Amino acid sequence: MAEENRIQRPLSPFMIGPYYRPQLTSMSSILTRITGNAMIVAVFLIVWWLLALAAGPEAFATAEWWITSWVGNLVMFLSLWGIWYHYLAGLRHLIFDAGKCLDIPTAEKLGWVCIYGSVVLTILTVIIYWI
Amino acid sequence: MRYLTDRKRAVGKGSAHSGAEHHWHMIVSAVALAFMVPTFLFIFGNALGSGYEAALATFQKPFVAILTGLVLVVGLQHFQKGARVMLEDYTSGTTRKLLIMLVVGLCWSLTAAGLFALAKIAL
Repeated sequence: MAEENRIQRPLSPFMIGPYYRPQLTSMSSILTRITGNAMIVAVFLIVWWLLALAAGPEAFATAEWWITSWVGNLVMFLSLWGIWYHYLAGLRHLIFDAGKCLDIPTAEKLGWVCIYGSVVLTILTVIIYWI
Repeated sequence: MRYLTDRKRAVGKGSAHSGAEHHWHMIVSAVALAFMVPTFLFIFGNALGSGYEAALATFQKPFVAILTGLVLVVGLQHFQKGARVMLEDYTSGTTRKLLIMLVVGLCWSLTAAGLFALAKIAL
């Protein structure tokens, strides 16, 4: 019975590997989830920084030393890219939710906008910080 | 003619009986964050590494304190709901329940700690 009812169903992207070919639409969606959840690391650091600022100069110096050390800078730089990627992908999500741009060529174009756009925005933000 | 809209038909449905509520909250917080996050990034990025006195002066400004408080509350609620969807996708049973509780607790703890710091700085 079950054999006869077998029909072609879409594969889940979780079958990635020999069964599922990575596509820009699914990969850019997964990256949205990864960047969004990874943001908790930056939130931890920012809340620590704020608590240290409230506690006084000594606590602040310790927090600032860690957050602006090379490890801290790397985490903050990656978080900056992460938040810009998540930002653009979130806007794309709102467009998709409105039922627009759902045809594959346009959807893929929006995927590239998220990838290249996040890199451009990250570089721009770093330049603004330096000025 | 249908008198029920798509959204009306989804109200109260689903395994949690909350319909499209979760999704709607994500949309509302996403739009709010889209306006607030760029401003916050600019302010925080400039305050970071500027020294104790300068950072204190920045976060004592009412606008900065209110904006940071809003980013914390709205951002962490957005995070909590997003992380919950991820946990619902990859885990099940008691593990899922415990991890969701952990995320909810973590988000509110970070929010409370951040708001406490802001109150102490700005008041």
